[in-house]
Amino acid sequence: MFISFAKKSTLAGLLLASAVAQPALAADDYKLGLVSFLSGGAAGPFGVPAQNAAKLVLDTLNAGQFPAPYDTKGINGRTIAPVYLDEAGGATKQASEYRNLVERQGVDAVVGYISSGDCLAVPAVAEQLKTLTVLFDCGTPRVFEENDFKYVFRTGPTATMDNVAAARYIKETVGDLSSVSGINQNYSFGHESWDDFNNSLNQLKSGVKVSTKQFPKIYAGQYGAEISALMVNSAKIIHSSFWGGDMEAFLLQGSARGLFDDQTALLTTGESAMYRLSDQIPEGTILGGRGPFGIYAPDNALNRWFREAYTSRFGTPPTYPAYKMVQGILGLKLATENAAAKVKGQPSTEDVVAAFEYLEYEGPGGTVSMKLGNGHQASMEMVYGRYALKDGKPSVTDVRRYAADCVNPPQGVTGLDWIDIGMPNDSCK
Amino acid sequence: MKLVIAMLMDGVIYASWLFIIAAGLTLIYGVMRILNMAHGSFYAIGAYAGASLVGVYLAGGYPPWGAYFMLLGAAIFSGALVGILIERGLLRIMYGRDEVVMILVTYAILLILEDVIKLVWGVDAYFTYQPYTLLGRTKLAGIAFANYDIALIFVSASICFLLWWGLNRTRNGKLLQAVIHDRDTAAFLGINVTRMFTVTFVIGAMLGALAGSLTAPGISVMPGIGVEVIILAFAVVVIGGLGSVGGALLGALIVGLSRSAAVHLYPDAELFVIYGVMALVLAFRPQGLFAIATARKI
Repeated sequence: MFISFAKKSTLAGLLLASAVAQPALAADDYKLGLVSFLSGGAAGPFGVPAQNAAKLVLDTLNAGQFPAPYDTKGINGRTIAPVYLDEAGGATKQASEYRNLVERQGVDAVVGYISSGDCLAVPAVAEQLKTLTVLFDCGTPRVFEENDFKYVFRTGPTATMDNVAAARYIKETVGDLSSVSGINQNYSFGHESWDDFNNSLNQLKSGVKVSTKQFPKIYAGQYGAEISALMVNSAKIIHSSFWGGDMEAFLLQGSARGLFDDQTALLTTGESAMYRLSDQIPEGTILGGRGPFGIYAPDNALNRWFREAYTSRFGTPPTYPAYKMVQGILGLKLATENAAAKVKGQPSTEDVVAAFEYLEYEGPGGTVSMKLGNGHQASMEMVYGRYALKDGKPSVTDVRRYAADCVNPPQGVTGLDWIDIGMPNDSCK
Repeated sequence: MKLVIAMLMDGVIYASWLFIIAAGLTLIYGVMRILNMAHGSFYAIGAYAGASLVGVYLAGGYPPWGAYFMLLGAAIFSGALVGILIERGLLRIMYGRDEVVMILVTYAILLILEDVIKLVWGVDAYFTYQPYTLLGRTKLAGIAFANYDIALIFVSASICFLLWWGLNRTRNGKLLQAVIHDRDTAAFLGINVTRMFTVTFVIGAMLGALAGSLTAPGISVMPGIGVEVIILAFAVVVIGGLGSVGGALLGALIVGLSRSAAVHLYPDAELFVIYGVMALVLAFRPQGLFAIATARKI
């Protein structure tokens, strides 16, 4: 009798627990897979801000309270039911987790992926399963330069423009630019970033010497020897595409040793640390935000709403991964609703794909033009500025904006080829 | 001259850091024959505990120099707590199993502790840079070094001396050496081997936590830092010889100096050189530089 009661109680408990863990789904809910780093080194600076942004946006969209033109409920009237997934574990794991999301969880679409490795691995599975997938953050240009995907879109710009714009910025603002150094992580993103930056600079200004280039292991954490090497081989500018904890450790250790006393750091992802390390970033440090995001976002209604709502809910201003997540979800919503308007009902995946290609829309970071990669890759403007404390608060000064066509290759040309021929565009001279 | 001084200083500072991590790992292996994968978690827990305690301490408006005592206290407390929980709660019922089984057990502990860290501290990074910047910097041949890093050399040397003294000049150290040489005979002679195991494991855990706590001020303390260092620590103890404190010191110096030379002279080989040296040592002395090859007991 007791055993039977215990069994029943346990079963009831388990059922109750599962009911609590999984939100109740209605048959017509729009199941959306959302993948970002929720553990590991990329979680704090990227994955969690992106997930926070997703939570904020989904709550607001489902309540029909998002600012216009996204003020219709959910996605095409369907309540969005999120399925969150941790991106940690590597590309092979993510490819298999993606399959689980689609085949077992039955998601309608997926928005996700921060790691370039994952962005190169997942699309093949997405194509096989014919599932609409929006890559929101990863930077490698190879996704659409080397492939022609039908069901995959990327609403965030590529890393090419980070480095082309960085080269343009220092050429314009740094006097006596005689030498540069580099410290980038020893994997594809780090090497591609340095190559794009160095090649762009060579095209824009001749005679700039490379004092040293360092490629420490990703997540190394200790940069004592690299900092000494940067001091021994002093340069005017130190280029770095370090991100997350690596960038923060480099800043802490470099500042403590006076590395930035007479050399200026150019951090292509530095915007993500400007609030967390506000009293450790030397004034004058050149900061990028992987696009017109965060403090570089334009002053429009969407940005004002997003910035205020995010800060009020999470206690800190949104950084670029949060912005990129928002524009990924908004792109999906708009494409789906445009397709629905055409077919007068719930559109098929193919209908949404057709509506997504070459879509141009507004996000909190400004205009997103899906005009590269045969309409699957976003192109945006790029912004750089210098870190400054204004009334004790982190800010930027000497901000320069670069039109999308000045920092992105045209359709059909790879970033490297475009840089090699001198990034021709008369309007950018 | 500038280059040589930079290479030497960087190499020795890096070696000091490596030695503090590797000392606990090699001590545990030497006494208990457990290649403790969870050592990386001790490092991470020490880093989180140090960063948290210093953060709370400084927020209270107390004198900044007291932060160094907080780092030390955090390491001792967190290392002792985690060490005793793991040894008494799990490892003691696994003693006598094959070394490979113990590697799997400690690997499982590493994975569990990684999640425990996430549950306790979340995924956001912790910063506690005040102790790192407070000591200022010293210029050598025109290159500035953080005094905190230079102090790390003396801390590491002190730990090395204390370990040597404890093992060779104290009664308990000699008893421990008897356990290292032959635990069965030591037990027959009346030495409480189980207690020796507990004490050793706790000291090893405290050393791992101390390495993390002392590193915390210079880094962004975030999930996954323990997994990164354990690989390096293995390279150090394998080069020096598993179970040898002197070997760990030599291994740390070899890795530190060769990595530093690579960074300054040929940066592309920075990662390769550590494992290249390890492969070279293993090719000629599979037992490592300091470990004595022993006949297998049947």
